[in-house]
Amino acid sequence: MNPTAPIPPVPRDIALPLPADAFLLQAAAVTLFLAHIIFVAMMFGGAAFALACEIIGLRRPAFDRLARAMLPTVTVNKSLAVVLGVGPLLVVNVLYAVHFYTANALTGLAWIGIVPLVSLAFLAAYAWKYSWDALAGRKVLHIALGVATVGLFAVVPLIFLSNINLMLFPQRWPEVRGWLSTLVLPNVLPRYAHFLVAGVLTAALFMLGYLTRAGFPLETVAPGFTRPQLRRGFYTVAFAAAFLQLGVGTLVLLTLPAVGLNAFMIGVILAGMTGVLAALGLMWWELLAADVRIGRLYVPVVGLLTFTGCCMGYGRHLYRENALAEHRLAMAERTREHLWQAQAAAWRAERGVRLDAVDLPPGQRVYRDTCSACHALDHVLVGPPLTEIAGLYRDNPQGIVAWTRSPVRKRPGFPAMPAFQLPADRLEAVARYMIEAGSAPAATGGNSTAPTDTAPAAGAPGDASAVR
Amino acid sequence: MDFPVFHLDWLGNRMLIAAVAVLHVLINHSMAVGAIPLVAAMEWLGYRTGDRRWDDHARRILGVCFIITTSLGALTGVGIWLSASLVNPAAIASLIRVFFWAWFTEWIVFVLEVCFILAYYLTWPAWTGPRKRRHLAMGAALAAFSWLTMAIITAILGFMMDSGVWPERRSLLSGIFNPLYLPQLLFRTPAAMVMAGLFAMFLTPFLLARRDPLRPRVVRFCGAWTLAWTGPLLAGAWAYWQAVPESLLASMPVALATQALEQRVRSIGYALLALAAVLPLAAAWGTFAPRTLPRVVLLLPFAAAVALIGTFERVREFVRKPDVIAGYMYANGVRRADYPLLVEQGLLRHATYVAARDPAADPHAAGREVFMLACTRCHTTSGVNGMTAKLAGLYGSKPWSPQAVAGFIDSMHHVRPFMPPFPGTLQERDALAAWLVSLQTSPERLPGAQRIGPIWPAPASGPASADIVPASPPRSGAAAAPLAALPAGRGKPLP
Repeated sequence: MNPTAPIPPVPRDIALPLPADAFLLQAAAVTLFLAHIIFVAMMFGGAAFALACEIIGLRRPAFDRLARAMLPTVTVNKSLAVVLGVGPLLVVNVLYAVHFYTANALTGLAWIGIVPLVSLAFLAAYAWKYSWDALAGRKVLHIALGVATVGLFAVVPLIFLSNINLMLFPQRWPEVRGWLSTLVLPNVLPRYAHFLVAGVLTAALFMLGYLTRAGFPLETVAPGFTRPQLRRGFYTVAFAAAFLQLGVGTLVLLTLPAVGLNAFMIGVILAGMTGVLAALGLMWWELLAADVRIGRLYVPVVGLLTFTGCCMGYGRHLYRENALAEHRLAMAERTREHLWQAQAAAWRAERGVRLDAVDLPPGQRVYRDTCSACHALDHVLVGPPLTEIAGLYRDNPQGIVAWTRSPVRKRPGFPAMPAFQLPADRLEAVARYMIEAGSAPAATGGNSTAPTDTAPAAGAPGDASAVR
Repeated sequence: MDFPVFHLDWLGNRMLIAAVAVLHVLINHSMAVGAIPLVAAMEWLGYRTGDRRWDDHARRILGVCFIITTSLGALTGVGIWLSASLVNPAAIASLIRVFFWAWFTEWIVFVLEVCFILAYYLTWPAWTGPRKRRHLAMGAALAAFSWLTMAIITAILGFMMDSGVWPERRSLLSGIFNPLYLPQLLFRTPAAMVMAGLFAMFLTPFLLARRDPLRPRVVRFCGAWTLAWTGPLLAGAWAYWQAVPESLLASMPVALATQALEQRVRSIGYALLALAAVLPLAAAWGTFAPRTLPRVVLLLPFAAAVALIGTFERVREFVRKPDVIAGYMYANGVRRADYPLLVEQGLLRHATYVAARDPAADPHAAGREVFMLACTRCHTTSGVNGMTAKLAGLYGSKPWSPQAVAGFIDSMHHVRPFMPPFPGTLQERDALAAWLVSLQTSPERLPGAQRIGPIWPAPASGPASADIVPASPPRSGAAAAPLAALPAGRGKPLP
């Protein structure tokens, strides 16, 4: 990490194990999120199409009927978008709990604003859909409902996006002052533009498939349009959006902070871009084709862009993991350390032990808190005394470390020692201390800078103010 | 301790969750779990009798439920989660780790439920004649899925109140089958049915004209439905009451009546019982004399049910305290297992985002930080459940004594069983007491992290020896530069 970069806060992780294998959860996060975002894109893009067509329909009534034919998909897609959002949210809450919740807290008002905003968006969408006839005479008011729907649909993804982006950069957390300040982080606005264009692209292809499919009563629902006409129209929009997306996508890649980039991740993104290029070629071919032939390549086009979507989702995931790797290690270390300390403190509290010598050297503290219940200096308490241990491991403190982690041997007459999973530096410190104390001349003479025989309660009475 | 502290110093954080959660329960119970079987039953009645008007009315009720549940209902459900992630991230993250597979299953059921309700509502006009039977079956399936989502979530609600053997076993099943799960489910199921019956009564005057011949028949249907579920509701309530642990009942007076009215808990209890009695009486009236029922008797019982279920949820949320997860984590978000360390060495010393670590160096700032960490999940300075009002209630308007407040902090969990014990050192306790007392003469407003950002990096002046506080990676000289600028943010005095 750049030494002049601000130091990120390192919180502790949740003190419970992950409920499933991390790899499984990551795979679930990527796939479930893709399923969610497709419906979000169809919801947002579909609403935008319906609104645009309704506005054009002010002059050309055929478009008004077309808009009306699109609208039922919007309310169905929005229901599926929200319900399919819960799954990935759940997985993100497990995998990235600390990072995600930190971002949520820092954008708090916008974050909780999602609830009223999306509720309003959905109610506006219903009002828009079900008041088509009732407000036929007051078209401006009706279009205002559409504008409200599309506007609210567009705002909510920005809130989510800013959160999922902010969580990746702990070193930027200290700068955050409210939600708006998270929008100026390097990647947010390009990524948002990327989402909006993807919404239009996805919805164009979706509407093409939905409105021009064989079983759809296009002639009665939206008279005035032929299937080839609609296909050509939607392909044109999709082509333009995909072309634009090449540029916006490149901008997203270039504005990504370097912390999560690596060759493989970029390779996956580039593979995704080849999918767009191929889809552009096929769509071009479709647009050149005669009316009777247009639409034949629909499935390959959708397939290629699905491939692109998967690559982008996977590439994003790789970036996320890379960006968080170092911070997670630091968090895991601090968490381990904390849990150990909490356990030691609970042990002391239970026995009424006062932590009265905060400045003891680390090795001695570990010894007193952890070992001295069974090991005394020069006589057998439960396990062998330090003098004997020091004799065995005089030149091999690592031997004590290894033994402490997994005590396998058993001496007759001694109960088995439990394994201690302490951080390596603590074990090394205590090993050195045991050898030192056990082999000091005082150890045999009984003078006592050395550990005490009895419970770790003993020790110089002193700084009781440090504790209760 | 490990999250920037989101805080609403006027509304209070509890109130945020409560508002979202009560609205959700209300919609879920009366417009989904209870309403779908009612609608399906009414549709079936129309099918059996060949009377299309039943069919039409069932679809009208479903239309209202469909619009509300798929917007406000779905969003307040997600909203409980979003608000919990702000108010007590440590608690919701822990719950999710324990109940991940339960939640995951619930999510699958929820996806199916939404697909079913879309299909059920949208195919209603088209699936007639021979396809009607299939539509009826779909209604039954939808009812089952609606109930199932509630049945899974109820396990988690029970767990928060009494985690049973989970603290020892730590397994998903031991968490799900906590002692309160089945009794609470036995209560919630008929409660949802009763609420739906009353909701359908409530809708009647909006959906049917006064002279519509169907109206008295609908009223009778809803009344009979409600009355039929009243018996199971009473049985479920009794089973639930029996299962609630004794220790939780100690908080009942405050839970029911709030601290201010605690002395009147008896009269409030009677008032609630009287309110509850209105429901079956109105249902009986509707069943046996539907034509004579005035409009107000159609509307008010549902309002009473809303008030009752709101009270029920408040009590449930209240009596689980001092814990947010029974036996594992206190309502302040601190694990029980962390208490010895914090009491021994200090809350501030072990917290991640704080402006002051040493109560000796800056007691005023330290007191404020302790309040932020240990108290703000439930309390505000002078808003809802505010400290100035609490202390004024205890000590009146003459100058408060820091010693007295410190003494109260020491013993509050004995006096008030819903309070967690204080999670810090004596010095921190004294700093907190002094800061609280200072609010009497110089009120402060505490902005949360959503406005002022995280309080970080913490000043290096604390007593932290590297051995005890591994709070941060090693600091270089260059990185220490922004230290001075930051901590001033919190605690603006009021104008």
